[in-house]
Order: sequence, then C-alpha cells, then structure tokens
Amino acid sequence: MRKSLAALLGATALLAVSASANAQDTIKIGLIMTLSGQFADAGIQMENGVKAYMKEHGDTVAGKKIEIIRKDSGGMAPDVAKRLAQELVVRDKVDIIAGFVLTPNALAAGDVSAEAKKFMVVMNAATSIVTAKSPYMVRSSVTLPQVAETFGTWAATKGKLKKSYTMVTDYGPGHDFEAGFQRAFKEAGGEISGSVRFPIANPDFSAFIQRAKDLNPESIMVFVPGGAQPAALGKAFAERGVDPAKTKILGSGETTSEQALKSMGDASLGIITAWHYEYTDKLAKNVAFVKLFNEMHKRNPDFFSIGGYDGMHIIYESLKKSGGKTDGDSLIAAAKGLKWESPRGPMSIDPETRDVVQTIYIRKVEKVNGEPQNVPFDKIDNVKDPVKARMPK
Amino acid sequence: MTPTDPATAAPAPTAPHPHMAAQVRWRTVEYVFWLATLLPFVVAPDYLALASQIAITALFALSLDLILGYAGIVSLGHAAFFGFGAYAAGLVSKWGWGEPLSGLLIAGLAAGLLGYLMSFVIARFRHLALIMITLGFGLLLLEAANSASGLTGGADGLQGVKMWPVLGLFKFDLYGFTAYWYALIVLFVFFLMARRLINSPFGLSLRGIRENPVRMRAIGAESGPHIRKIYTIAAFMAGVAGAVLTQTTETVSLGVLDFQRSADILVILILGGAGRLYGGLIGAIIYMIARDWFSGVNPQYWYFPIGVLLIAVVLFLPNGMLGGIAQLIDTVRGRRWFGWLTSPPPWLRSGSKP
Repeated sequence: MRKSLAALLGATALLAVSASANAQDTIKIGLIMTLSGQFADAGIQMENGVKAYMKEHGDTVAGKKIEIIRKDSGGMAPDVAKRLAQELVVRDKVDIIAGFVLTPNALAAGDVSAEAKKFMVVMNAATSIVTAKSPYMVRSSVTLPQVAETFGTWAATKGKLKKSYTMVTDYGPGHDFEAGFQRAFKEAGGEISGSVRFPIANPDFSAFIQRAKDLNPESIMVFVPGGAQPAALGKAFAERGVDPAKTKILGSGETTSEQALKSMGDASLGIITAWHYEYTDKLAKNVAFVKLFNEMHKRNPDFFSIGGYDGMHIIYESLKKSGGKTDGDSLIAAAKGLKWESPRGPMSIDPETRDVVQTIYIRKVEKVNGEPQNVPFDKIDNVKDPVKARMPK
Repeated sequence: MTPTDPATAAPAPTAPHPHMAAQVRWRTVEYVFWLATLLPFVVAPDYLALASQIAITALFALSLDLILGYAGIVSLGHAAFFGFGAYAAGLVSKWGWGEPLSGLLIAGLAAGLLGYLMSFVIARFRHLALIMITLGFGLLLLEAANSASGLTGGADGLQGVKMWPVLGLFKFDLYGFTAYWYALIVLFVFFLMARRLINSPFGLSLRGIRENPVRMRAIGAESGPHIRKIYTIAAFMAGVAGAVLTQTTETVSLGVLDFQRSADILVILILGGAGRLYGGLIGAIIYMIARDWFSGVNPQYWYFPIGVLLIAVVLFLPNGMLGGIAQLIDTVRGRRWFGWLTSPPPWLRSGSKP
C-alpha cells in the first residue's frame, strides 16, 4: 500500500509532458492575457482584436505559419505572468511574447524578454515606464500620460479653460492621470482649483460631486475605471444638478465607453473626453474593421481590441521586414520606426523609445441617431509619450 | 502525525513516551516523498519555474496549517504576512542589499514581528470573530500598501528588485533551476522545524487547545501564550514564503496581499487535509498542477473544473486528500467499513477527533 501511495505521489509531482518539437516553418506567439477574474473582459476583447487581424491578413507571414499560444495570468499577478513568460520561452519555445492587459504583469514579463532576448509586444498596459523594462519591447496601445497631458494642454489652450477641479479614482492609473493632467494644465497657464480622490470600491459619488459643485468650478476633470462606475458618476452629476453648459465635464475615453454611454443615457451629453480610439470613427479602415469584428464576435471593438489588432500588425510587419527572422534583435530593429494606417488613424513606433506615437482625439458626447456617442471635434497628431520625452537621453 | 499512520485513526494504548517516539520516527513514504521532490530536475526540467512556485505555496500552506490545522485558529487573512514578507524582501533588495539568505531572514523577522503584534488580538478570540478580524486586517494592509505608493510602488508593483546570486554563486536563471532548489531547500528546512514543533509537548498542547481550550486551561495550560507563540512562528514562515516568491521572481505587486491569496491557501490546505503535516504540501501540489493544467487546456474557463474538484473533495473527502487516504487505508486493513463515505464526517460528531 505504501509503495503504491508513494508512486501516486511521485506521479502527481511530475506530470511530465514533453515540449513539442519546434518546427522550422512556424512562428510561435505566446499571448499572456487576463482571461479570468475581474479583468477577463479586457483580455477577451484584446484576443478578439488579435483574431480579427489574423482573419483579415491570414495566418502566414514571410512564408511561415503563425501559431498562437494563449495563457491566462488571472488578475494582477506579476509572479504568474513572469512564470508563464518563462515557460513560454523555455518550454513552448515561442519566438514572440505579446498581450498584457495590466502594467505589473507586463513589467514582470519584461525581465524575461530582456534576458531571453525575445521580441515582446505590449497590447495594453498603459503606464509610461513599461517599455523601459526590456530593449526588445514595443507597445501598440497607448500611454496614460499621452492622453492625460495632451488633454491638459488642450484644455488650457484650445479649450479656453482657466480653472479645473480634478476627481480621480484612488489607484495607480488614477494617480497617473491626475498628475499628468494637472502638470500639463498648469504648464499651459491653467489653475487647479482643487482635487479629490474617490475610493476604488463602490464609491458614492454624490457627496464628492456636491463638494465640487459648491466650489462652482469652471470645469471638472474626472477619471474612473471602466465598467459600472462611469454610469454611476454620470447619474450623480445629473442628480446634483451640474449643468454641462456652465461647468465643463472632462474625462478620459474610459469614462464614456460604449457601455458607460448606454447606461448613462442623456446624462452623458456634453462630456468632453480625450482618447486614441473610438469604434464609431468614420475612417474607411475603421469601418471595415468594426464590420469584420462584429461579424466575428457579435459586439463592437474597444481600445483593448485595437491594441490587440495593431499589436498583431506590428508583429506581422516586423516579420516581413526581417524576412522571417525571429530573433529579438532583428525584430526590434524592424519594428523601430514602423509607420502605418491603423483603424484609429496614422500611427508609428518611436525608434528611440519603442513606444507608440499616435493621434489623440478630443471628443464630445452628442446624440447621433438618438444615441449618445463620442463625436471627435479636434485632434492632436503625432503625440509621443511625454514622460519619456522629458527623460534625459 | 503522518497520513498513513494508523495511530491517527485509532490511537494505540501505549505509554506516552514510546507513543510519541513512534510519531517522530521517519516513515518510508516520507523518504520517498522528499526524494520525489527532486524528480522535476531530471524528469521535467521545463517545469522548474512552476515547481518553485509550488514549493513556495507549500511553505505558505504549511504555515497556515500550524495555526489552523493544529491550533484551530481560523484565518482568512494569512496573505497579510505572506505579502508583508514579500514586500520586506523586495524593499531590502531595492535599497541595495540583494543577498538572498539574509534578505529571507529580514523578511521573516519583519513578518514575525507583525504576527507577534497581531497575536495579542488573535489570542483573545475564536471562530467567527477571528474570521472577521483576520479578513479586516488583511484588507487594511492591502489598502495601506496601495496608498503608500511611494514606498510600495502602488498598483504598478515594486520596481527595482534585483537579487544577487545565492551564496554569490548561483544566479536565478530563466529556467527556474536555482529558483526551484532554493525554494525546495527553504521548504525542507521549515518543514523539519514544523515537524519537530508539532511533535513536541508544545505541539501537543496546541492540539489540546484546538479541541478544548477550557479544559486545557483547567489542566494548567493557558491557551493565550501558546497561541501567541504559534501565531508568531506561522507569520514568520509565511513571511519567508513571500520573500522566496519575491526573490525568485524579482517582482512584488499588490497581488501578494490580495484576499484571493488568503482564500486560495485556505482552499489548498483543506484540499490536502488540515491538521496533517503533509496536508498543505499535497494540497499545493494538486491545486497548482491542476490549475496549470486546466488553464493550459482552456485559459478562459479553467475555474470550472477547479470548482468541480473542490466540491468533490469537500463532499467525499471532508478531511482532505490525506484524510481520505488514511480512511481508505483503514478500510483496506479492515478497521473500518466504507460507511464513512456516506456517514457524516467525523468532526461533525461531537467528541471524536478530527
């Protein structure tokens, strides 16, 4: 009995599965995303974007077949993300690592990319420092300061606003957005008349908004995570009687996402936001992309999807330029300075920082065919990540 | 007490000394188990990174077993100490001291100190009140780490953790080779300590307190000091486990303090069998491998089979895998009939040992 018990224990401890042979004519891409838990939908939308690109452009590049290996890192778990990246490299022998919804996960996997010299494409994780972690990393999504500082400058100059009151959620991205907006707004001559941070879990916005309203500010800048919160915030604005005609409400694109607008309804009208992508954009490429995406996935793409879509574009184009060579040095050399027309507009990869350069749109929520939509009315071209631009070279 | 020990189910009426000596004796199956932990080096060298994280989880589960399984202290916030140790190890390295072994000790002491302070509260309560207190404490620490972003890096995680090679010789490599043997040795050392501890008179008093604190007091063993001691030791161990995770992955984020981690480790311990020395170890092996395997098969819906596994264990093996195996062995040897499969679990009947 003891012998067999021991054998059982031994067998459980092993679970030995040999790695499959690495065929010469396939290129393996390991996608690490959040497919379970709180951020599952973000991961799924990102993967939908990846699938849409592969459907449109086929699964063969430079004469080699593309094979995708998906991995779930759960929520915010850099230890898991790093292990998955390690395993993808040493066991599955992938050539490229990609995905990454959350910043800590991308940072942890960056170590693996640097050590193993593997090309890595970050398809969301928006904190500025991410790409500094590995010389083989590019980003296809957006950086928060890119939006926040651009918006701050715009608000104080073209937006003709003198004073702003900022309200952000008390967590990492909220802090970054607050800092970026305030910095740029002040540099452009604006004045921050006050600021407040909401707790991240189930905040009751009414008290905060009442306090902001009592100050009667010229404008209020808000940043809340996507999901249920934008709707609650919009309702609180309406209930407290904040008049969008007198007090301008500013926010990031997440505040007026498709779902948020649906649940906010008319309370959302007049909110001004800055963002890099909207599925209603009329660019021909975007119309085709949204159509394909809807056919495949029965829903509209969001900024996670476009990050995945353009991330695949970077991978495909780099592979074409390198002639199918998959080592980190060839691919990153090919990716640097890449320029293309994305559904979100013209964009490129900064050869110095390997970060995304793109157009930031200033939009206002208006009624289009009876539904509130983000309508762009201004844009700032070729925006680089301002944090890295300030860094000493 | 080892899983296969028949004395667990039916204590032989021996004199105290030979009885205890029999418990301390190393069994063949134990040798085999520890030898088997070396197998991944040979058989599955591609899985060493996973193996190292299993060893870390096993150490964490062992520390919870000391307080929950042996002393009966319910905890839903054990990740507080794991995370505290993880951040302590990360900060020590960030501030310029990347030596792993001393970092481990510093992190353990930091978590142990926190555990010692907490133990004064813990020793005053039992059962439901403890669940609330440990849960609240864990959430408070998480929120504190989130707010103190200048120190902890907040939601982005702590940056700049860089470990020196172990003993100046062995660098933490991409294949997880160093990580696994490092984690395994730490686990083995603390396992030996825990084994010695629970087979000591101190360990016996803990079991007494778990069963009936009032009676233990009546025979002259005050529960408070005992509970404070074991809680501090468990916090130290959990801190070390967290530190090993930090050192082998060179990352720390708020995830180490998350409620999910406290809940997972409880599930792992129950899965393996609480109140058994190897319970946490077996639980960690099964849970982590199942998770890796299911999430490899289907990265999206892998929680489902895990849930089914847990329900099956709770339904059919209320004392965990090891409890089930012990019962099965009893049945095979004719000491018990299969009735236990359908009858209420022993711990529901008053007066019987769990």
